[in-house]
Amino acid sequence: MTGKPKLYYFNGRGKMESVCWLLAAAGVEFEEEFLETREQYEKLLQGGFLMFQQVPVVEIDGMKMVQTRAILSYIAAKYNLCGKDLKVRALVDMYIGGTDDLMGLILLFPFLSAEDKEKQLAVTVQKATSRYFPAYKKVLKDHGQNFPVGNNFSWADVHLLEAILMVEEKKSDVLSGFPQSQAFKTRISSIPTIKKFLEPGSQRKCVPDDKYMETVRRVLHMYHNVKAN
Amino acid sequence: MSGKPKLHYFNGRGRMEPIRWLLAAAGVEFEECFVETKDDLTKLKKDGSLLFQQLPMVEIDGMKMVQTRAILSYIAGRYNLYGKDLKERALIDMYVEALMDLNELLMSYPFQPADKKEQHFANVVDKTTNRYFPVFEKVLKDHGQDFLVGNQFSRADVQLIEVLLMAEECKPDILANFPLLQKFKARISNIPAINKFLQPGSQRKPPQDEKDVPKVLKIFY
Repeated sequence: MTGKPKLYYFNGRGKMESVCWLLAAAGVEFEEEFLETREQYEKLLQGGFLMFQQVPVVEIDGMKMVQTRAILSYIAAKYNLCGKDLKVRALVDMYIGGTDDLMGLILLFPFLSAEDKEKQLAVTVQKATSRYFPAYKKVLKDHGQNFPVGNNFSWADVHLLEAILMVEEKKSDVLSGFPQSQAFKTRISSIPTIKKFLEPGSQRKCVPDDKYMETVRRVLHMYHNVKAN
Repeated sequence: MSGKPKLHYFNGRGRMEPIRWLLAAAGVEFEECFVETKDDLTKLKKDGSLLFQQLPMVEIDGMKMVQTRAILSYIAGRYNLYGKDLKERALIDMYVEALMDLNELLMSYPFQPADKKEQHFANVVDKTTNRYFPVFEKVLKDHGQDFLVGNQFSRADVQLIEVLLMAEECKPDILANFPLLQKFKARISNIPAINKFLQPGSQRKPPQDEKDVPKVLKIFY
């Protein structure tokens, strides 16, 4: 046993990507086991790894943790990235909730029909520019600090950067009305651990493609059509 | 200003109900401001009260908190319902996230279009009895303690009892194969703060009446 956290998931972003980001930001090395077959998934089920029959699962500090938010909260707290007191933590959690919702819109993309993809893209851009980025614009402007929450680097910053980059992949000029967010993006991207994660060869995953989508469907027997909500 | 938390939501369960449960379990009195029309919601949006233009919103300790999970975590932390250390918190979070997934399934049932209701109901019963309840039954069996985590009352217990009761409303015999969950339900219901919340006249909201669904949807869409 190496002592490094071990991530079990498909070789793609999905729900595990935020975990990769956070571990990377915290400077924590981690291992990955990629699910490619149904048999691997059933082996995890039978081995008692999947408390609620779902992935992600992360082996960390003697625990088999499931539920993405639980995993992220644990890592953030362990590595002092969740705010120094209850009130700062509350703020961090609020912002995380927003970026989580925003990224949740993009999470569905690989599984939508072509027509629904187009609709979802429009919804994503609309929400990003009228709901989420303005919320951050205000706090970046009000506080004039380097980090939106509590003036200390936290997982809210990591999560926001991840969300910004994901939306930019869908629409490259989406930040054009948000100079503070552009400045934030540049600043956070240059933090050494983040910079390393953004370089080729890191454990950051690519934009999901058909191969990823087929793998997920095959492993989870998820053959129904996904509808955007 | 009364100093009591103030909840802004429509007069129904929705996503605010777990927050009502947790405040009640913590013995914290709270006030409610009901959003009844789209105009009420627009007013809250316009005065900058809603960080992401969404409800729930809870005014608490000088903050206007949004995002259900953030609100629940804050209340749990503030009132010592979050375990004694990081590992207990991790376990509580795992249970609570799963219960929120199940709550979402149960809570959204009345809002399903007529042609999707039967399938949704079947999915709810399947997930409840095959994915979620067996886990909690086993947790209670394995440690033989009164509470889910760390032999101490926590938000996980509050969220579990809320879900058990909602599931029973959906299908009255749904706990038939889960004797320990039945005992848990009885035991937690007897905790004074919980017992009080379960009495008529408390701030607990009734199951969503389907005939009110269009009115609720009009506020938000």
